[in-house]
Amino acid sequence: MTGITHTTALWYASRATGVVTMLLLTVVVLLGILVNRQGRLPGLPGFAVTGLHRNVSLLAVAFLAIHVITAIADPFVTIGLAAAVFPFTAGYKPFWLGLGAISLDLIAALIVTSLLRARMSRRAWRAIHWLGYAAWPLAVVHSLGSSADARSGVVLGALSGCVLATAAALAWRLSQAAREVPRAGRAAAVLSRLPARKAGL
Amino acid sequence: MGKQLRVDPVACAGHGACAELLPELVTLDEWGYAIVADQPVPRGLVREARRAVAGCPALALALRRVA
Amino acid sequence: MTGSLTVPNPPVTAAPPGRGGDLPRLLPASGAAPVGLRQHLDAYGALPTARSPGRLLREVAAAGLTGRGGAGFPTARKLAAAAEARPAPLVVGNGAEGEPASSKDSSLLWISPHLVLDGLQLAAEVIGSPAAVLYVRRNQRLHAGLAGAIAERAAAGIGAARVDLVQAPDRFLAGEESAVVSRLTGRPALPAYRPVRGLPRLAPGRAALVQNVETLAHLALIARYGAAWFRNAGTAAEPGTMLVTLRLADGRTSVAEVPLGTGIAGLLGLEPAAGHLAGASVPSAAGPVQAVLAGGYHGAWLPAAEAAHLLMAGAALRPLGASAGAGVLAALPADRCGLAETARVARYLALESAGQCGPCFNGLPRIAAALEHLAGPRPDHRARADLKRWAGQVTGRGACHHPDGSVRFIRSALRVFAGEAGLHEQGRCCGTDPRPFLPVPAARPASDADWS
Repeated sequence: MTGITHTTALWYASRATGVVTMLLLTVVVLLGILVNRQGRLPGLPGFAVTGLHRNVSLLAVAFLAIHVITAIADPFVTIGLAAAVFPFTAGYKPFWLGLGAISLDLIAALIVTSLLRARMSRRAWRAIHWLGYAAWPLAVVHSLGSSADARSGVVLGALSGCVLATAAALAWRLSQAAREVPRAGRAAAVLSRLPARKAGL
Repeated sequence: MGKQLRVDPVACAGHGACAELLPELVTLDEWGYAIVADQPVPRGLVREARRAVAGCPALALALRRVA
Repeated sequence: MTGSLTVPNPPVTAAPPGRGGDLPRLLPASGAAPVGLRQHLDAYGALPTARSPGRLLREVAAAGLTGRGGAGFPTARKLAAAAEARPAPLVVGNGAEGEPASSKDSSLLWISPHLVLDGLQLAAEVIGSPAAVLYVRRNQRLHAGLAGAIAERAAAGIGAARVDLVQAPDRFLAGEESAVVSRLTGRPALPAYRPVRGLPRLAPGRAALVQNVETLAHLALIARYGAAWFRNAGTAAEPGTMLVTLRLADGRTSVAEVPLGTGIAGLLGLEPAAGHLAGASVPSAAGPVQAVLAGGYHGAWLPAAEAAHLLMAGAALRPLGASAGAGVLAALPADRCGLAETARVARYLALESAGQCGPCFNGLPRIAAALEHLAGPRPDHRARADLKRWAGQVTGRGACHHPDGSVRFIRSALRVFAGEAGLHEQGRCCGTDPRPFLPVPAARPASDADWS
């Protein structure tokens, strides 16, 4: 199928929304790291970071939905509805689309558990939320493999930007975590920073 | 039967989003951790309280039913 | 093992239990050697099983037994709640004894393990649990002794429940109820946030019944001799006996079993003269005493003259901010600086924070440092005001009662040693002996592994 230009609007829409979804997912991951590190966005109140993380993720899901629906609706390639959620069952490029399906499944789990946050244990929610770190690279690889567009020009540039930004943010997050005082040493750390004076006579 | 806002002190990491969203009931101590007023949430603030609970990145806030 | 394991000399009576109000009940009449299974069976008879659990519950309720771990909760109520829970909660005997000034639980476990194990079996029977856990302070010799006692009983076919021996980490908070449960689920012994009161949860749908080991020992005797016998000692409102860890003014420590409501003066050997000046030291056989610490490091200081007229009972001590608690009584000699002693303990308490709750691990170290300032010469005026502010910011804002108890202890020091504080402001100090008096473990860096 490569090398043939598809002129159907649906096919273009699918690829375009795919790129936008990838960009939005990257922003979601970056914001998520910022929330975790209690960072602030300049000029915005503290709760804006959490709010943006949540809202951008919902926006990403919206674009993801259009991306999937247009791909399914396109008559030129045989991608059924099932292929969107069951990996490696698509008629067209099953492997690369399969990775996308896995990513979609993981994202769905993240979204559903976050909506039902109040009803589950914090530990369970956090464990599932960690899967975001798997969903994102799967989406990147899916992007690179599913369409020749992603491997050249503007789209490749955008994808590279996403990867670089996420890699940098992750490196920063890991370095912060490494320097964090372990729980058992927190009181001692506070005490050591205070001016001390020997008690007694 | 009213609602009471409670903070889980183990989960609270001092993000401070709650104090921004619900300053009527939540203040921060000098180290940034949430101090929640020990009174039932007034009817008109229940919606804001729910937003504050949802807005806590550490899931430290909860709205509990009290007799 | 901290503290000596002697009972007071001379013992109260040598008559065996069962003869109304005779002491000692939990410990043998003399000596500190462990009571073996044979000796135990000779003294107390066989473990009374096959009685209906309901009957034992009623007996415990009639006896008015309360928890001997410090909180003093009515044991019958706790047992009844556990008996109703499905599935049956896990029974845990709590002998962690994280309080450095207390050694009564370790002494009891060393000398009378079979009484504790009997109580554990009885509690398991009442609530229908097939397994029990004995959670004990880290000590090689004690652990070996208990393992031996458990094996001996299993071989003799005593008790239906399986007993597992678990070591507690060497931390002040290791014995906190939710910390115990946390440790038993394989996680570190950290206190948990419990928004709903009730039996602590081991897992979703499974609770735990945590009882102090001394409470279990009393249970074992109530099952044999009944509620009326138990009430022969103590007061009507606070019946029975309790184990106390005594630290006299000369530093000698001992564990004794006393009826509740016993006068503190007698226990510490205080000899208040008639017409005694309030605020002055009280002479004792072991030296002059300026203040008494009642209830351990989450308890409170009392001026010696006041303590000399008080009874070892909640009714007498609670209005003064102290408690009988887990039975720790320490007599501070007149030649020590009460503020310096308190500052040392406060530093220890701060470092024993679990590090989970912001107010605790931020507030307690600052409070300890401020106290160190006040215990030094010519302290900054701000130290006292800061201390007051931090104390208010910290109380009630932790997952457990560590900040509350520590603040109670420190506030009582500021009250009782106010005169000392005044002297310090002038650059003077009453204390002539700089040696530490209260037992405080040496500070060592804590890692997360230390809580496992």
